[in-house]
Amino acid sequence: MLLDDLHGIAKRERAEQARHEQHIVVCTGTACASARSAEVQAALEGGIKVRGLEKRCAVTPGGCRGLCAAGPLVTVQPQGTLYQGVHPEDAEAIIESLETGAVVERLHCHTDTPFFTRQQKVVLEQSGLLNPDRVEDYIAHGGYEALVHALTEMTPAQVLEEVVRSGLRGRGGGGYPTGLKWSTVAKAISDQKYVICNGDEGDPGAFMDRSVMESNPHRVLEGMLLAGYAVGASVGFIYVRAEYPLAVKRLEAAIKQAKKLGLLGANICNTPFSFEIEIRLGAGAFVCGEETALIASIEGERGQPRPRPPYPAESGLWGKPTLINNVETLANVPPILQRGGDWYARIGMDKSKGTKVFALTGRIVHTGLIEVPMGITLREIVYEIGGGIPDGKQFKAVQTGGPSGGCIPADQLDLPVTYESLASVGSIMGSGGMIVMDETSCMVDVAKYFMEFSMAESCGKCVPCRVGTAQMYQLLDRISKGEATLDDLALLEDLCDMVKHTSLCGLGQSAPNPVISTLKYFRDEYLAHIVERRCPAGVCKMSSPAHNGHVSELAHKEGVR
Amino acid sequence: MKATPKSINAPRVVTLKINGQDISGREDESILDLARENNIFIPTLCHLDGLTDIGACRLCLVEVQGMNKLQPACVLRPSEGMEVNTDSPRLQRYRRMVIEMLFAEGNHMCSVCVSNGHCDLQAAAQILGMDHVRLDYFSKPRTLDGSHPRFVFDENRCILCTRCVRVCAEVEGAFTWGVMGRGIDSRVITDMDERWGESTTCTGCSKCVAVCPTGAIVDKGKGASEMVKHREFVAMLREQREREG
Repeated sequence: MLLDDLHGIAKRERAEQARHEQHIVVCTGTACASARSAEVQAALEGGIKVRGLEKRCAVTPGGCRGLCAAGPLVTVQPQGTLYQGVHPEDAEAIIESLETGAVVERLHCHTDTPFFTRQQKVVLEQSGLLNPDRVEDYIAHGGYEALVHALTEMTPAQVLEEVVRSGLRGRGGGGYPTGLKWSTVAKAISDQKYVICNGDEGDPGAFMDRSVMESNPHRVLEGMLLAGYAVGASVGFIYVRAEYPLAVKRLEAAIKQAKKLGLLGANICNTPFSFEIEIRLGAGAFVCGEETALIASIEGERGQPRPRPPYPAESGLWGKPTLINNVETLANVPPILQRGGDWYARIGMDKSKGTKVFALTGRIVHTGLIEVPMGITLREIVYEIGGGIPDGKQFKAVQTGGPSGGCIPADQLDLPVTYESLASVGSIMGSGGMIVMDETSCMVDVAKYFMEFSMAESCGKCVPCRVGTAQMYQLLDRISKGEATLDDLALLEDLCDMVKHTSLCGLGQSAPNPVISTLKYFRDEYLAHIVERRCPAGVCKMSSPAHNGHVSELAHKEGVR
Repeated sequence: MKATPKSINAPRVVTLKINGQDISGREDESILDLARENNIFIPTLCHLDGLTDIGACRLCLVEVQGMNKLQPACVLRPSEGMEVNTDSPRLQRYRRMVIEMLFAEGNHMCSVCVSNGHCDLQAAAQILGMDHVRLDYFSKPRTLDGSHPRFVFDENRCILCTRCVRVCAEVEGAFTWGVMGRGIDSRVITDMDERWGESTTCTGCSKCVAVCPTGAIVDKGKGASEMVKHREFVAMLREQREREG
């Protein structure tokens, strides 16, 4: 495979697509699929056949367009008209509009709104535009060009250099500089090295990686191939959670297609570089997103983390140097190689370069998947892209980083979204979950929810996380029921400190974060539950109503403190 | 690719400081080994000489200058110029809380325990000055497996250090013991959570009895004064096997 061959495939694919004047692209991502987009696709195909329009118009499956709340989404190309909430019965109207050239207004989703215009897409740039089932479509959109160019024109060191220059950092949550990780693995001396793509996305409400794997599986493969070339690895593993059946199916198909074209396997592009990719399914443990636990799981062991150092870069899968990157991180690599590290470094701000994909959920008008340049403020995300809070309610906080992150209150809304700034207010960038909360959310309840999650997902290996999360959950449960004392609150804070600093892996070390951050910004809510036995948001059910004796007794204690 | 430099294979000897004391150590030794060699006390529970260290109990956490996270001494390797501190009010507080957590998690009643007086958990609590437990006792009903003709496994007293799991796999090679469940529901089990007495893999070697730090795995029919456990054999066996290749 040479660049010319690749261009030949792209040309043929474009010619093939040009045989049809119009394309109706139906989103087949998990969100739209669960809203019956497969039936919509069938109805559209049927309708076109009935009218004998097969020659003029093709119906193709597409990937995620991001506005998941409005699914199923249908796009008519080349006009780019986007329809939302399309039901099978609407197929007739859409087909009719193809002939008349008019737009079906009742289904029309305007793409000139901030939700679309304020985004900047790098990782998701092809999502929803190309057919995830066809490698040719990916190639027609410039896919695998970066790989073929790198293999035939660049040394591994040059590939590495571009990634270092881009300033890309890990998108799985930690934000470790990707170039540094790559160069560490590249420097390690070993007869065998591995690349692992971490697709064990597990934060509640987060679905960034799922969307990338479903909508553009070849992008992930190309990123892994480039990583393998740069660090000198010949085998790659994609660790996907089994709860993502569509992503697994698409990746499996993509691996087969890439192999058939000689883009995967032995002597890729007639170079000495060989690379194989295998898929491993996670069995439903959140902790397996932690790199050492993930490695143990691939090795067939119980999915538990081990102390670092040694880091996987030095001793990872089967004791060999292993590069482990998140799906989104790897999906950033092909465009970096194609357009240069300097281009990427111009996006973003400070030490956070490029864009970040967020799964915007909760009490917000536009829930869905968004990609924004780093440095954008939370206010812009919530009020412009997200369309603000529904039902005229008051914004209260935005939660980032899932069970490892924290809640950011309203007075911090002008904070730019970077790794450092989010950490400075007690949250983290995380993998991209962003949950918006309004006045109807109780912060004690939120903290309790995340602690219950961490407790259930703790692997049980180290004492602080195994017992500490259960103890903290019990205390939060007591507070939420109005059964706690101020001593319990003090104990909760001690436990937060201890579990954060003594747990073995990231799960335990970050499990107290939702409590710490809500205590920092919403301490009054905790006190209301404890002292007044009252939930200000009206969410928590008190076990018994407040009585004056209790209040004065506690108030007295608070005074003593 | 450059050829592997020969010197990588032989561990270097480095000098470092533990609690201000100058110490020399080989790069393949652990900070725990070096501390003990120099009579510096670091508490442990999941560690046992001769078994693979897993850094799970978190009692041996130490402060290392230049590292922002506390490090478990049992798996931490020395490096040139490293400065380690094994004792501080903060470490003492954390260690006491670890013990508190273990007491609150299981059902530990020393007065009726056959290991009373020679229990690692009890000793750690005394040494670390854990005189009361602030946490809620979970008081979960747990099982007692007395089906084995010679041994008893009382889950109430298990602290999930997994020494039994490791000695059974690494030294005896029987793989009878394992862990199931996760988080607070984790349990040590024999075979596929079957009765120990019906185990088809257990060789009855009693190594798990010897390495168990508490009264969770004990000999049947022994009184507290008789149930003293001898564990030196694990390290000796490991050493002997390594010598013989």
